Amino acid sequence: MRKCSLDKLDLVFAEIAKNAELYLPVDGSDGGAVYQKWTEGTKRSEKLNTVKSPKDFFFPQTEDLMAFKTEGKSIDVIDTRKAAEDFVVFGVRACDVKAFDVLDRVFMVEPQDSYYTTKREHGVIIALACNKPSETCFCKTFGIDPKEPMGDISAWETDSEIFFKANNEKGEALLSKLSGLLADCADDAADAQKEKIDAIMDKLPLKGLTTEGFGGGKTEELFNRPEWAELSESCLGCGTCTFVCPTCQCYDIKDFNTGNGVLRYRCWDSCMYSDFTKMAHGNNRLTQKERFRQRFMHKLVYYPENNDGLFSCVGCGRCLAKCPISMNIAKVMKKMGGKASE
Amino acid sequence: MNNVAETLIPKIGVITDVRIDTPDIKTFRVVTRDGKKAFDHRPGQCAMLSVPGVGEAMFSITSSPTNEEYMEFSIKKCGCVTEWLHQAEVGQEITIRGPYGNPFPVDDVFAGKNMLFIAGGVGLAPLRSVINYCRHYRDRYGSIDIVYGSRSKDDLLDYKEIIDEWATDSGVNVHLTIDNAQEGWDGHVGFVPNYVKELGFSTDKTAVLCGPPIMIKFTLEGLCAMGFDKTQIYTTLELRMKCGVGKCGRCNVGSKYVCKDGPVFRCDELDELPDEY
Ligand SMILES: Cc1cc2nc3c(=O)[nH]c(=O)nc-3n(C[C@H](O)[C@H](O)[C@H](O)COP(=O)(O)OP(=O)(O)OC[C@H]3O[C@@H](n4cnc5c(N)ncnc54)[C@H](O)[C@@H]3O)c2cc1C
Ligand code: SF4
Ligand code: SF4
Ligand code: FES
Repeated sequence: MRKCSLDKLDLVFAEIAKNAELYLPVDGSDGGAVYQKWTEGTKRSEKLNTVKSPKDFFFPQTEDLMAFKTEGKSIDVIDTRKAAEDFVVFGVRACDVKAFDVLDRVFMVEPQDSYYTTKREHGVIIALACNKPSETCFCKTFGIDPKEPMGDISAWETDSEIFFKANNEKGEALLSKLSGLLADCADDAADAQKEKIDAIMDKLPLKGLTTEGFGGGKTEELFNRPEWAELSESCLGCGTCTFVCPTCQCYDIKDFNTGNGVLRYRCWDSCMYSDFTKMAHGNNRLTQKERFRQRFMHKLVYYPENNDGLFSCVGCGRCLAKCPISMNIAKVMKKMGGKASE
Repeated sequence: MNNVAETLIPKIGVITDVRIDTPDIKTFRVVTRDGKKAFDHRPGQCAMLSVPGVGEAMFSITSSPTNEEYMEFSIKKCGCVTEWLHQAEVGQEITIRGPYGNPFPVDDVFAGKNMLFIAGGVGLAPLRSVINYCRHYRDRYGSIDIVYGSRSKDDLLDYKEIIDEWATDSGVNVHLTIDNAQEGWDGHVGFVPNYVKELGFSTDKTAVLCGPPIMIKFTLEGLCAMGFDKTQIYTTLELRMKCGVGKCGRCNVGSKYVCKDGPVFRCDELDELPDEY
């Protein structure tokens, strides 16, 4: 483990930024935290987490895929992919780091999505332990420990110091570049801080939430449960929950006429939208009940079924904070979890 | 295998022939610029065709893999891309990517079996690929029965090929039907599920169904009533698709993605899925 005093952190940032773009959470104009590029003088946010998740770094909200030139009856495809540059993201929380694993299992399995994969290969994640987990946090439900964030480098901060530990070669390579600014320290140097985090976790309101009753193989048991009607009743289908979610992966592919050609891009889409599955001969998810059920069944049953039991919710709490009608996955789990109703 | 960059980024295809099949279905022949097939496929697989600036859509490759010169697509006019394609002339370039989805098990499960193909409307498109594959390797399969129905005589897809080639093959029985009586039609009149019941097939056959969901539902019930087991019956699902490779999250039924785990399913496998297709 290596460390430096917090007042030297800006020097560390400056050193990182010499070789790669550095991003970190700062306070946005509307009060919420957003990831922003670091430049001299950038003040990092004290907030627990960003409003939008960091999935944007690898799976941007909109992304060019290719372009076309058409002339008469002929078409040319133009590859618009750019060589990716190295970048570093500082301050990613344990839940959001785990969410990258969830997305990797979508985009990096055959056939690999090279748009995602190249960005993933060029990004270094410095994950930061959460000193103040909040009442909407339930990462522990999914086996995520906020005091042991993974990423390429794990970091812990106290009132006066910050500690770094590399988890892989990529992380080690970055830390070694910072050796002039960091001092070696014992591996248990952050333990006192970790205990403080545990103490807060023990008092969180959602700490008792379990995944019991969910997981692969539960489709038959859960799909036709009557509770879906009541739970989805006031859902507006606004899609906010899917847009802030670090693991939601659905996308649309669209064409844009630029005037002298066509740009094909992809953009986030939402299973909560009524036209998501609309077809000429009908819609297999006709009402908001079916769409609502899809979102939660995907996270709690279908995804784990296809991914060795890994859930595709990381308990980040964003949908708890942002849903305009205060519906969310924690409520769904409380209502439907445990044994099937008789 | 390809990575998505190569799969999402399509090849250029040239339309070399347009056949008017019915008032709203045309069949397009497509090759690459150098006159070859864009890629190899298996019966039942699909391709994403697109007109840049208009959109992209999934279509069954209706030609058989045994056709080594070109691919064909039978396309029903129903929206932006399909309407645009219906206006296209020979020589028009489009984009093509694929193949997508799992094929019919023509070389293992179907081998040596008596085959029963049942289609409604444009549902003949995916079946034509298997039918012509089985006809090409005729000695590998037992008897072949084809039941095909459409709204009217004019709505029967591939009519000339059915009459001139399929119906004249030995060991191939073609049973055509249209929904309502019509002048100049002396064949059967009535819906496909009822016709299948009337024909009454022996249960030593492997059945493949394709068509509108309602036709599939009633035909499946009929076959089961005749004593067919669901493990003997195959069908295809059609859900909205964008990526074709199991990533855009659009086409799932339960934990299965129709674009990669389908579109071909055995009917007992469908029973395992939630009723959402
Ligand atoms: C696996 C598979 C195989 C198919 N094979 C064939 C085929 O061989 N021949 C054929 O004619 N059609 C086939 N289709 C249907 C075809 O993809 C749609 O008709 C097509 O996408 C409509 O595109 P469009 O741009 O013309 O319509 P749009 O302008 O996009 O939409 C018109 C209407 O069609 C709906 N629609 C959009 N996408 C689909 C879709 N994937 N399926 C059904 N409706 C849709 C829209 O919601 C709208 O209601 C297949 C679909 C799938 C998923
Ligand atoms: S479902 Fe909600 S709590 Fe779970 S990862 Fe997504 S936004 Fe976070
Ligand atoms: S659950 Fe809430 S945030 Fe999600 S679509 Fe419904 S109303 Fe919007
Ligand atoms: S079409 Fe994208 S997941 Fe099937």
